[in-house]
Amino acid sequence: MINKSKSSHFDFLNGDEAVAYGAKLCRPHVVAVYPITPQTIVVERISEFVANNLMNCEYIHVESEHSAMCAAMGASLVGARAFTATSSQGLAYMHEMLHYVSGSRFPIVMMNANRTLAAPWNIFGDQRDSLAQRDTGWIQVYVENGQEALDMIIQAYAIAENDQVYTPVMVNLDGFVNTHTFELVNIPEQPEVDAFLPPFKSKNAIDFDRPRSFCMTASPEWNMEFRYQQQEAMKNAEKVIAEVDQKFGDTFGRYYGGLVEEYRCQDAEVVLIGMGSVVGTSRIVVDKLRDKGGKAGLVKLRFYRPFPGEYLKDLSTKVKAIGVIDRDISFGYEGAVASDIKSALCRAGWSPKVINFIAGIAGRDITKENIEEMYNKLFHLTQGKEEKELQFVGLRW
Amino acid sequence: MAKPRIVKFQYPESLEEMPLGPSAVAGILTESNAGWRVQRPVIDHTQCTKCLLCWVLCPDGVIDKEPEMLEIDMNYCKGCGLCAHECPKGVIKMVREGE
Repeated sequence: MINKSKSSHFDFLNGDEAVAYGAKLCRPHVVAVYPITPQTIVVERISEFVANNLMNCEYIHVESEHSAMCAAMGASLVGARAFTATSSQGLAYMHEMLHYVSGSRFPIVMMNANRTLAAPWNIFGDQRDSLAQRDTGWIQVYVENGQEALDMIIQAYAIAENDQVYTPVMVNLDGFVNTHTFELVNIPEQPEVDAFLPPFKSKNAIDFDRPRSFCMTASPEWNMEFRYQQQEAMKNAEKVIAEVDQKFGDTFGRYYGGLVEEYRCQDAEVVLIGMGSVVGTSRIVVDKLRDKGGKAGLVKLRFYRPFPGEYLKDLSTKVKAIGVIDRDISFGYEGAVASDIKSALCRAGWSPKVINFIAGIAGRDITKENIEEMYNKLFHLTQGKEEKELQFVGLRW
Repeated sequence: MAKPRIVKFQYPESLEEMPLGPSAVAGILTESNAGWRVQRPVIDHTQCTKCLLCWVLCPDGVIDKEPEMLEIDMNYCKGCGLCAHECPKGVIKMVREGE
């Protein structure tokens, strides 16, 4: 990833700080946030930007995450660009408002620091919090590092505010592994971001010349049509996400591949699919296996909604076994991501050999050794050996 | 008195005409609430002194004081009977609808 931008500069930032810089560059009119570990640094940096007059926005100290989303929604209702950020219990607390915002078609952008949900209480990372919000009607993207976090905040507004989309976007960073890890991050210059992301002119805002009632009741005779619109918007988003990625890459020199990114998948016999920070570790393992002649590939699932079903149908024709890493489990069945991937593979008419690896729950490390073991199990499948469909990785006993 | 006018609501006729999210034109009345009423107030205009206590108290503001005799907008009177109860002269009677 070469930076073509001449005037940008690098800084040593953690993922949360990268998000704060991303938000600053998007010039939101309103930021309404409530701090929660491991998202807190986002809140702290933005409040410093505002206090130091580096960011000209209304910064609302709310009393809860539910209120944070309410305030963001009110801001969007009057045509303001709104930003918020949360994590885990906070995300769960604002759950009701997530539906309100997406259903009312307000293009809010939210960062979520992926952290497990109590009980047992734990502040560390897994993706159970955001995956549980699957059906709230939000676009969900999972990033791998701080640079992608900053870039995706900018892209998120371009996607959310697109005329064909008007759907809120949640940008997910793995708690601590992404949010608190420092790395060199390229910070684009303001004029370039301004050119990429013009000021928000809402087509869904209060207009005093044409008064409207908002968030009103829709009876059984009309409600379903609104839901159909949301589904259509998500379908449109698939195309818009690819376009925005292309335009972003053309401007800033960093392309992310849209819904998914393939890593060394050409001629791969087995492929591991993961989301977020585990992708970074997996790249190293894939390189090692490839050096030894193993036909291993990696798919970085970037967007969970809209889900890249068509891509997976295509992938199923090329590989012999697929492993899915879920930092999550839907108790009583399997990992949420694996279920969706299997459904896409079935649509392709493939009888998939899939192993669902439940890993990295509540901050448990997913080591290179863990990942290599996953690949070995996938190779077992290609050799006709049996493997359990659902496996907990790194379980104590 | 500017009496509310009922405006026919235009429902969307295609997906393209659907609003973006659940919103619709505001500030219009799409139906009357006369149907709520079981009894209607009837003023005996020969006795009424136009003291306007009923005009002040009517919770729905449906009594028009501008004409020579008080007029009640029956499209929006919900028949609560407050005017009849409070009339100092007792010249407003509640009459069952249909009688």
